[in-house]
Amino acid sequence: MLTGGQILIECLKNEGVDTIFGYPGGAVLPIYDALYDADIRHILTRHEQGAAHAADGYARATGRPGVCMATSGPGATNLVTGLATAYMDSVPIVALTGQVPTSLLGKDSFQEADITGITMPITKHNYLVRDVNDLPRIVKEAFYIATTGRPGPVLIDVPRDVSGSKTEYRDPGPIGLRGYMPRLAGEPAKIAAAAKAIAKARRPVIYAGGGVINSGAAEQLRKLAETIMAPVVVTLMGLGGFPADHPLYLGMPGMHGSKYANYAVSECDLLLAIGVRFDDRVTGKVETFAPHATIIHIDIDQAELGKNVPVDIAIAGDVRTVLVDLLKLLRGAPDPAWHEKIRQWKKEYPLVYEKKGMRPQQVIREIADVVGDRPVRITTEVGQNQMWTAQHFPFTRPRSFISSGGLGTMGFGLPAAIGVQVACPDELVFDIAGDGSIQMNIQELATAVNYELPVNVAILNNGYLGMVRQWQELFYNRRYSQTELKNPDFVRLAEAYGAEGIRVEKVAEIRPALEQAIASSRPVMLDFIIEREENVMPMVPPGESISKMLG
Amino acid sequence: MRSTLSVLVENHPGVLARVAGLFSRRGYNIDSLSVSRTEDPTISRMTIVVEGDEVVLDQVAKQLRKLVDVIRVRDITNEPHVDRELILIKVNAESSRRGEIIQIVEIFRGRIVDVGETACIVEVTGDEGKINAIENALRPFGIIELVRTGKVAMQRGSQTVLVED
Repeated sequence: MLTGGQILIECLKNEGVDTIFGYPGGAVLPIYDALYDADIRHILTRHEQGAAHAADGYARATGRPGVCMATSGPGATNLVTGLATAYMDSVPIVALTGQVPTSLLGKDSFQEADITGITMPITKHNYLVRDVNDLPRIVKEAFYIATTGRPGPVLIDVPRDVSGSKTEYRDPGPIGLRGYMPRLAGEPAKIAAAAKAIAKARRPVIYAGGGVINSGAAEQLRKLAETIMAPVVVTLMGLGGFPADHPLYLGMPGMHGSKYANYAVSECDLLLAIGVRFDDRVTGKVETFAPHATIIHIDIDQAELGKNVPVDIAIAGDVRTVLVDLLKLLRGAPDPAWHEKIRQWKKEYPLVYEKKGMRPQQVIREIADVVGDRPVRITTEVGQNQMWTAQHFPFTRPRSFISSGGLGTMGFGLPAAIGVQVACPDELVFDIAGDGSIQMNIQELATAVNYELPVNVAILNNGYLGMVRQWQELFYNRRYSQTELKNPDFVRLAEAYGAEGIRVEKVAEIRPALEQAIASSRPVMLDFIIEREENVMPMVPPGESISKMLG
Repeated sequence: MRSTLSVLVENHPGVLARVAGLFSRRGYNIDSLSVSRTEDPTISRMTIVVEGDEVVLDQVAKQLRKLVDVIRVRDITNEPHVDRELILIKVNAESSRRGEIIQIVEIFRGRIVDVGETACIVEVTGDEGKINAIENALRPFGIIELVRTGKVAMQRGSQTVLVED
């Protein structure tokens, strides 16, 4: 006989779980007791939100599901932002929460929160386990649902009497979910139609996103681009899915995309949208998005097809599987005039920045330079730091850029970096942060120190909530309402946590500081004092066509 | 445009909340929703009448299919089908006017299922048009209370919405 807690741990081991990010509490005591003897690493974060983001970072870096755990009530509600973040970006997470005993459910008991109700719209699925005998089946289903189809977070709520009661562990057998049967292959007729449309196109553009990374299709995407000689624009979630140093790479489209990416999308006659969801930050004004293009959309999630933008050929299926099939039907048909035009745009509207003074763009480029060929994973917070990183760091491999795209969660970067470093102990990990965002989960510095995870935090410190300030400058007549920050001394703060702190105030100090951080075996917090009112440019004003950019 | 969806779902606690939550957060308009167990106790059938343009209706079906507990979704609006609603109307029925009420109820092939001193309850089943018509016909007598089930529907002939389909 095993306790529910022991059965849960057994199930996690069967799923190949090697790490749990979590925080104990009353309602999860039986699970933590079982964990005490188990061969699974537990990372104790300093806040449950940190546990959720760390599991998210672990999952994005590896492609394997991240696991986080919290107690009932406030523990569970503290996971909410992390789950919503993972849901928006299609990240496989299994979240385990404790719950009050079944006899106290629905009675407003101490530390009771209806977490399955609360997380219904921000999880792919969730479970409240009412009988310990259901536990093996539920855990198996949860991992299956989280990792297949369009990935996403799944939550399992385990009442304390369920994790505490004893029963015989029985293998649940094969999964029988009649309402959930993800299909990988695309409809052959539609793939043939897509091939035909591609053959006819004179000015094709590939618009690739996170689906390329989730399905492991970077190789197929490169082949596709090279076969049909189509330039590739890559969304925030897709960065790394196509090498930034490739001649066909045009960078990011949309609000803070490159001008040439937006011009190419606006003038193309065929838009091949792969593993993307036509987010409003990409499309700008939808009525004028890719106005001359036949649009082909490939996505695993049927509901994304035609959701935001009408498409001409919609192919539901796994991106890699569909691309493999599509590639068989394609032959190259490059149009030199189109490439000449793009070359001109690239020359005429390069991604530039002011070189005088401490510029955040330069800090980011120097990080890339100093890292060189060593494998590196970059997480970001949200705001200017995130956009500058997306614009200026040359990502060349999938899963190397880890950032909260859909939800835009400030405070994501540091805990995510911890999850990434746990998953990739031999790689360099940088969290590129802002002075605002970093303070939303700065307590996780204690976690990094505790587990000797040598993450590097590069704070681009301008003493502002920079992106909000930028909007106030551009659209609110420079009325900086509540965006100026009086910050702590980040160097001394890092030192208080037992990490290293380095302040960088001069351009000449950037490189030595980065070298020192990389050489250190401890977590390092770099406080880059940057130009205060640097803006992220170019920029499409909200609601405007993406061909109409500022800057 | 109005669509009638026949939806099979797992008979689990919380499934109705998932469906209702989906409709409310995505801003879809439910005209009516009825749900009950089927011949298979592990499965419930929902008949959902939803209002929206073509894009919205397409999204409704797709988003429903994404729910793990939703097994089948079929828009049967344009397929031959039988649909029914049941209405109970408590109507003023002084003894002097009962004769008239009974006549109306007979025309609609309804029944009087309860008679009190001053009121009676009328039960009618039928499609939406018929239900609306009896409601209008009884209004002049003074409707005290009214309840309708919302539409249930089933395809005609050998067409089905089953797990095996």
